[in-house]
Amino acid sequence: MRVALFLTCVNDTLYPDTGRAVVKLLTRLGVDVDFPMSQTCCGQAHYNTGYRHEAEPLARHFSDVFREYEAIVTPSGSCGAMVRELYPRMGERARAEGRGSGLAAALAPVVPKTFELTEFLVDVLGVTDVGAYYPHTVTYHPTCHGLRGLGLGDRPRRLLQAVKGLELKELPGADECCGFGGTFALKNPDVSAAMGTDKVRNAESTGAEVLCAADNSCLMHIGGTMGRLESDMRPVHIAEILASTEEEPTP
Amino acid sequence: MSGTFVGMPAFPEAAHEAVNNPTLRGNLRHATHTIRAKREKAVAEVSDWAQLREAGKQIKDHTLRHLDRYLVQLEESVMAAGGTVHWAADADEANDIVTQLVKMTGESEVVKVKSMATQEIGLNEALEAEGIRAYETDLAELIVQLGKDRPSHILVPAIHRNRGEIRDIFEREMSEWGRPAPEGLSDTPAELAEAARLHLREKFLRAKVGISGANFMVADTGTLVVVESEGNGRMCLTLPETLISVVGIEKIVPTWQDLEVFLQTLPRSSTAERMNPYTSTWTGTTDEDGPGTFHLVLLDNGRSDTLADEVGRQALRCIRCSACLNVCPVYERAGGHAYGSVYPGPIGAILSPQLRGTGSEIDASLPYASTLCGACYEVCPVAIDIPEVLVHLRERIVQGGPVVHEGNKVVLKPAKGHAAERAAMRAARWAFAHPGALRTGQRLASRTRRLHPRTLPGPGKAWSDTRDLPPVPAEPFRDWWQRTGGGKEGGK
Repeated sequence: MRVALFLTCVNDTLYPDTGRAVVKLLTRLGVDVDFPMSQTCCGQAHYNTGYRHEAEPLARHFSDVFREYEAIVTPSGSCGAMVRELYPRMGERARAEGRGSGLAAALAPVVPKTFELTEFLVDVLGVTDVGAYYPHTVTYHPTCHGLRGLGLGDRPRRLLQAVKGLELKELPGADECCGFGGTFALKNPDVSAAMGTDKVRNAESTGAEVLCAADNSCLMHIGGTMGRLESDMRPVHIAEILASTEEEPTP
Repeated sequence: MSGTFVGMPAFPEAAHEAVNNPTLRGNLRHATHTIRAKREKAVAEVSDWAQLREAGKQIKDHTLRHLDRYLVQLEESVMAAGGTVHWAADADEANDIVTQLVKMTGESEVVKVKSMATQEIGLNEALEAEGIRAYETDLAELIVQLGKDRPSHILVPAIHRNRGEIRDIFEREMSEWGRPAPEGLSDTPAELAEAARLHLREKFLRAKVGISGANFMVADTGTLVVVESEGNGRMCLTLPETLISVVGIEKIVPTWQDLEVFLQTLPRSSTAERMNPYTSTWTGTTDEDGPGTFHLVLLDNGRSDTLADEVGRQALRCIRCSACLNVCPVYERAGGHAYGSVYPGPIGAILSPQLRGTGSEIDASLPYASTLCGACYEVCPVAIDIPEVLVHLRERIVQGGPVVHEGNKVVLKPAKGHAAERAAMRAARWAFAHPGALRTGQRLASRTRRLHPRTLPGPGKAWSDTRDLPPVPAEPFRDWWQRTGGGKEGGK
């Protein structure tokens, strides 16, 4: 199976380790991974801040880059939800505004074959034990767009529970937002910081060494807050845990 | 809406105080988490919740689509039952109508059932200006009124107050308004409730005019419905000689059968109860029973304009249960006052800028008072996609576009103060449309990474004030991919 990795602009620029982990993991599971070099950004930041018209060419570009692949895998619940949930809506809005059905038609082929990583593993590959080894205590934060946008459900937790050596701790208030929200963190800094602090305190109360999530933007916010609060916990993307093996462990 | 909120600063500034007030945050956290857990239990008891939610959504959508027809039907039914119907285009008109109606009775005081519509139009203040005193009879509204405060929650207006604060307010203020608080009042709920009961009883028995809103209006019989928990509503609706109900035009349901759906979903979503302790219905007037005179004031005040918006109109489905407030992490930290409206929380963030327009600083900031986490949509018993409307209103603010204002089509210009952001969004879009440019930027960031400051300038400062910035890696992923042939050449 030949799939395209949609790494997202945040991962590509700031978190290349996550991308390398996805490649390692999927290759180990027998998947032929390609990274189309012309990919950029799904347009979510534009769309969610109110710049739908600026997001449209980015969505078109996404479709041009990825339409020929069997499946598109992304290690981000948020960007995955953008494609699956909001691209159809963008196409509909353009049509309703009398700008024709071109955008809807361009986006239609990529929408159903875009998968968030854990969803791809469980639903498409049909695996929950990916042969990983990660001897640490971990608590899992289900990010909002993964949880409510894509409906990832217990897939990430099932994957984590099957990891050898990993001890999973329940996170109190797990389904509460961490306070990132893209430009929300810039526009409402006080409330965003208060939410982030509460998330870190809840995570610390589990006694886990690692807070894991399926979205690096949330982890950037939570990790940045951990740093400022001088917490002993570390933020780690779920892909890096699932890629970890006894021979090549992720720190 | 109420003049109390004119000139409010933007949401982030208004929220600053609450976020940094530990007592207030503690009160809000405790209250919202308690009711959140109770609601979850009450909803889980119903096996067909998803279907009830869908039914509620469809009934509301159907009614809104044919609102003109149902309003006329309602007017006919109310008149046939002995009531009088008045139409108010905006707050001023509604206040004038009610003031004149009260004056015609020759009375100078009225008792009130808690009502969002009368708060929305600032009725108490308008009556006060004409020498008429309005007494709030809902316990929480009484606390807010005595405390010269503003409500901060749709259902629990005094959610931001704790028991000690309430005792102090009662001791200090009750004597100004009527029967004073009993000597040595403690802060136990039973004693506080008894003090309020004694204070209010005098007013119920004296008042000749009652003013209410309504949770629902049934078009085919002209019946109005109020649900409440304290019995004060029942007293206000039955004891006075004249009853004036001020109700938003969107509150109609076609038949009693439709009501059945909402009498299940509203109490469970709002107070986490299976049924409301008091469900009162009144149809016009009845000889020798209840008020002999009944007036219904149908309030538009921005609702027709909202109805004209394809995406935004779903906000009119709202049944004011406030479940979205109780699950909202932003509301929990910012408190209700920061929303600058009688409608706080997620629903307020989409309702206020639609009913009032996006012209003021507070209204233009409300659509951004959300992380789009989606908890509000998930919990809404009439499935209002609040995140969708928030993004739609953000678009209206930064890009402008056509809207209906007071019945006329107008084209809004983009709001001021977004120029730098707009430029940044355009630049980012350009770079993302040109992968080569993106790559150059990434490489530049990587090469200069040791020079990066720990704090950001400009709008980014707010981020780096409370959070550490992530370090920029030595090599972006795409360079690694190219250098190692997708990791196949052993590159780490």
